[in-house]
Amino acid sequence: MIIKTQKPIATSEITDSLVFKRRRQIIKSLLAITGAGVAPAWASETKPLWDNLTQGDFSAHDLTPTPLELIKNYTNYYEFAFNKEDSTDLAQHLAIDPWSVEISGEVEKPVRLHLEDIVRQQTLEERIYRFRCVEGWSMVVPWVGFSLASLLKSVKPLSTARFVKFTTVHQPTVMPNQRNNAMLTWPYTEALRIDEAMHPLTILAVGMYGDVLSKQNGAPLRLVVPWKYGFKSIKAIVKIELLKTPPLTTWNQATPHDYGFYANVNPHVPHPRWSQNSERQLGSHFFTPRRQTELFNGYGEQVASLYRDMDLRHFF
Amino acid sequence: MMARIDKLWFTTLLAGLIPLVWLLFDIAFDQLGANPIQALHIRLGDWTLRFLCLTLAITPVQTITKWRGMTTYRQMLGLYTFFYASLHLLSYLLVDHAFQWRMIGIDIIESSYIWLGIVAYIIIFLLAISTPKQVKKYLGKNWKKLHRFIYLAAGAGILHYFWQLKGNLVEPLFYLIIIALLLGFRGLVWFTNRQLSKMMIPKSRK
Repeated sequence: MIIKTQKPIATSEITDSLVFKRRRQIIKSLLAITGAGVAPAWASETKPLWDNLTQGDFSAHDLTPTPLELIKNYTNYYEFAFNKEDSTDLAQHLAIDPWSVEISGEVEKPVRLHLEDIVRQQTLEERIYRFRCVEGWSMVVPWVGFSLASLLKSVKPLSTARFVKFTTVHQPTVMPNQRNNAMLTWPYTEALRIDEAMHPLTILAVGMYGDVLSKQNGAPLRLVVPWKYGFKSIKAIVKIELLKTPPLTTWNQATPHDYGFYANVNPHVPHPRWSQNSERQLGSHFFTPRRQTELFNGYGEQVASLYRDMDLRHFF
Repeated sequence: MMARIDKLWFTTLLAGLIPLVWLLFDIAFDQLGANPIQALHIRLGDWTLRFLCLTLAITPVQTITKWRGMTTYRQMLGLYTFFYASLHLLSYLLVDHAFQWRMIGIDIIESSYIWLGIVAYIIIFLLAISTPKQVKKYLGKNWKKLHRFIYLAAGAGILHYFWQLKGNLVEPLFYLIIIALLLGFRGLVWFTNRQLSKMMIPKSRK
């Protein structure tokens, strides 16, 4: 299946090709300085880990990734902090090795899989996706991941499985806002309809920029659903449940009028308090206009059919 | 005495520019983080609210200390509120949107948090242009009535801050408490004066 992905990108949108070309070098120097990103036991010892991954048809080859330093220092990881900077350091306390994922519910063979086994069984690919936050900013991330559909098929979903629920790790000792029960109901959960979960664009990411994910970006395993707002792409997943009925999801439960179950990127459906018509691209400069947000974040050709006959204003 | 006050006046004037200089340094040395434009909005908005709180604090301080002659400082701080609010607005229009009016139009129509910002700005703008002595004289008693709207501007400004946040409400809550305390103080003074004058009236009629 050949799927044409992105529209051409205007020169003004391009982040910084120099930084992009030097990215491996930048990663290495960053690793050297911080000592962060130490590979877990299951990863190979030679670095960079995934240097020459194939880019599938679903990767947006023509998008220039946002510089890694920006991606690593602008995260919404509410378990650690309510701002976007503090989790860069705080998340380093998260214990991610060993890591296993429970897959259960409406499946023929419920399992608990070690992450190293999952990574060994699945085919890793580089996927360059635009990532659009519900707060009105976006970045372009070269994820390393594998198809969620492929993982789900390996546990043989039953025909009764209509939703897929994901749960973030519960580590209150290192996650201050879990410990204090602050703001949201913890642990964080998210969910997709089964057809969304099975869509070839939906991946589970284990890395970015050719290396393992940094902890603040969702290590060791996170969801990436590029046509939905970023909060759907749940971090540090420990549990995947296939369900008959739609589960409550964290933000939807907290403020249902603000955040719907679908949370598809849609410039025509504003948030109750702000417009979603445009977005600020990380890495763009002062006096650069904001980017016009695209329906389904530009992935309409691939996913619009999932929502045929649905009123997207109602199912926001 | 006069010289000392002039010196203090001049120091306050300069101090009001510190946040701007600080911000320009941070821009020049790329210290505004991964989303510098957002950081710029927050920084200028924050300083607008801080100067607004300071402006509102002058009268209570004057009441408590019985130190006269602070109105010039109240005026200066008020004008600084207007100054930072104007920079905040300008950075939204120019730095963020590069005067792309269509996109700005859609953004404003669809964002209720911006409406609150506009309400607050219009009030602060009216208060600022009614600063000159001639205007004050012309407005007479209405000047004081007009300037009471500053509390409405404060409320709208804080709500403007609240409404653009996804979740974290700690910082705007801080301003809300300050403004509530200041307004509470004014209310208390008003109430006490009213009680006093009530007690006075029968006496004088005897």
